[in-house]
Amino acid sequence: MADITYREALRQALREEMLRDERVFLLGEDIGAYGGSYAVTKGLLEEFGEKRVKDTPISETAIIGAAVGAAMDGLRPVAEIMTINFTLVAIDQVINNAAKIHYMFGGQFRCPLVIRTVGGGRRLAATHSQNLEVLFAHIPGLKVVAPATPYDAKGLLKAAIRDDDPVVFIEHSLLYSTRGPVPDEDYVVPIGVSDIKRRGRDVTIVAYSRMTREALIAAEELAKQGIEAEVVDLRTLRPLDMGPVLDSVARTNRAVVVGEDWRSFGIGAEVAARIQEEAFDELDAPVLRVSQLEVPTPYAANLEKLAFPGSRQIVEACQQVLNIQVGAPVAAG
Amino acid sequence: MDNRHAALGLNDDALVAMYEKMLLTRLLDERAWVLNRLGKVHFLVSAQGHEACQVGAAWALRPGVDWLLPYYRDLGVILTIGMTPRDYLLALLAKAEDPNSGGRQMPSHWSYPPLNIFTGSSPVGTQVPHAAGIAYGAKLRGDDIVVYVSFGEGTASQGDVHEGMNFAAVHKLPVIFLCQNNRYAISVPQQKQMAVENVADRAAGYGFPGVVVDGMDPLAVYAAMQEAVERARRGEGPTLIEAKVYRLTPHSSDDDDRTYRPREEVEEWKRRDGVARFKEYLMGVGVWTEEADQELRRRLLAEIDAAVEYAQAAADPEPSDLLRHVYAE
Ligand SMILES: Cc1ncc(C[n+]2csc(CCOP(=O)(O)OP(=O)(O)O)c2C)c(N)n1
Ligand SMILES: [Mg+2]
Repeated sequence: MADITYREALRQALREEMLRDERVFLLGEDIGAYGGSYAVTKGLLEEFGEKRVKDTPISETAIIGAAVGAAMDGLRPVAEIMTINFTLVAIDQVINNAAKIHYMFGGQFRCPLVIRTVGGGRRLAATHSQNLEVLFAHIPGLKVVAPATPYDAKGLLKAAIRDDDPVVFIEHSLLYSTRGPVPDEDYVVPIGVSDIKRRGRDVTIVAYSRMTREALIAAEELAKQGIEAEVVDLRTLRPLDMGPVLDSVARTNRAVVVGEDWRSFGIGAEVAARIQEEAFDELDAPVLRVSQLEVPTPYAANLEKLAFPGSRQIVEACQQVLNIQVGAPVAAG
Repeated sequence: MDNRHAALGLNDDALVAMYEKMLLTRLLDERAWVLNRLGKVHFLVSAQGHEACQVGAAWALRPGVDWLLPYYRDLGVILTIGMTPRDYLLALLAKAEDPNSGGRQMPSHWSYPPLNIFTGSSPVGTQVPHAAGIAYGAKLRGDDIVVYVSFGEGTASQGDVHEGMNFAAVHKLPVIFLCQNNRYAISVPQQKQMAVENVADRAAGYGFPGVVVDGMDPLAVYAAMQEAVERARRGEGPTLIEAKVYRLTPHSSDDDDRTYRPREEVEEWKRRDGVARFKEYLMGVGVWTEEADQELRRRLLAEIDAAVEYAQAAADPEPSDLLRHVYAE
């Protein structure tokens, strides 16, 4: 067990999978000598050579489209898209192609590619710091992963590379330098399994990616007030594993769902709907959501800070669900 | 030294005025780096090495009449057309008074309706189809304008650029595509971006002229622009100009270019710097002196000092405006 960064955990996963399976190769912008915009692929060009670590032109459609082709041809491409915002110029290759090829051709072609990309920018404004995971999570045929810790990042990336379906693997720009324990031996974290990151009896906080960390900070804050929050980390957004969430809600009877995406039609909306569909009788209060305000991300630091959710909003939402009863009017938190 | 400017219709005053914009661009850009290293400016992209190209190009356009869709490196273009150091710094510091966006958009994503400056988002190349659309609108209305749109050679690999160019070609639209080829897309060198020598070679595939010019020479760029402007106004359609330049700084304030560019290469291009070369030309044709240069520098630095002071003292955006402008009011 070593304490390593999220960035290092991802690099180890890529490296170990490239050593394990020679069909695995990387393609993307600035991933070679430069080592990637967020320095995840550093050293891999030197170790594996240009055939398996390919710098590409600024052509996201070609990057993802070529990865789809190579995947159908039996390879295991891992495409890096510099930020999630730039997947949008290639969205047709993701949604109309990668996601549907296996289905449309009656299972004759597999499409085992991984699209690694980065959500959650800061001080990069409206078209450079979006949290667009829900666009992918909406699509049958895709798997969508958004890890919060180095352990999960490594284990899930390995699982994604070994998976026979297309996986959108969403890293978070503010997590790369965070540290955590990672085993020395080979392991995978299965796709589609949520994880309880903290035990508590009073309220369930459901989160994923960086918001899991914020939820844990909020839980410490709440503990000082005598409130014990349970934190469930979804880890995978599609397929969504509601088991641990529903178990937790059966014990706490109250839930807050946290995402860094926009509130309307977001991940929180889906999770809240599933809780009321599958655990209505367990609830003692409406499920609340914490999310980004409904505005494109502003550049100015003071405005940006107001737009994004954090541990303070999570604490407030938890206090609110603990103070309200079914039937009482709710002000959206 | 041969007089090359008279034949282009540029008198000595115009020549000096062009040089002034080039030097202003350089000095302002240098100041922005200082502010960044002092922790006052969060992020910047630099124009250094592109000034000659940008000032030469903008010189052929009519401020407030023609339309511009400059890309993030085009500080020299927007200063030449009429935006000010103060405008730039207000955006760099994300102040409420920032005329581009009121502190909402990243710096260097220029937008200034009084001068018909319009640009879009951070995914590169998306402004190219917009240029075609603006030109199409002008054609429908019968307006006598041209539309300038610029981008780097790396961005020429985007589908949007191809589609926008083809659209403009089919409809013979008055668009001037200026590709500022600085040989790198962040760390990726040209030979890994394209298998041709020149981006301009692709113009043949669309059916309009493509010309390659020395982008470190403002007169060469101006000459190519003039021809493209005339062609556009005659209704003959677009031109693709590729200006060969070199970025003298890292890609952005977040980049370290030492991992992908040998220092000797950067030093070699510094010796060919367009600003220094143009000063030599001015002196060679007898319209400029070392004293005049020192005086101009003092004046420009004073202007920049005043702009920095103003922008730093300016107010941040109002928190109560956070949710404004998402929809029309
Ligand atoms: C669609 C898209 N992909 C990737 C990026 C990240 N990116 C920003 S600038 C840049 C390099 C652009 O190179 P070039 O067009 O040559 O312009 P230069 O910066 O060299 O002037 C890249 C890859 C982006 N902004 N948009
Ligand atoms: Mg370039």
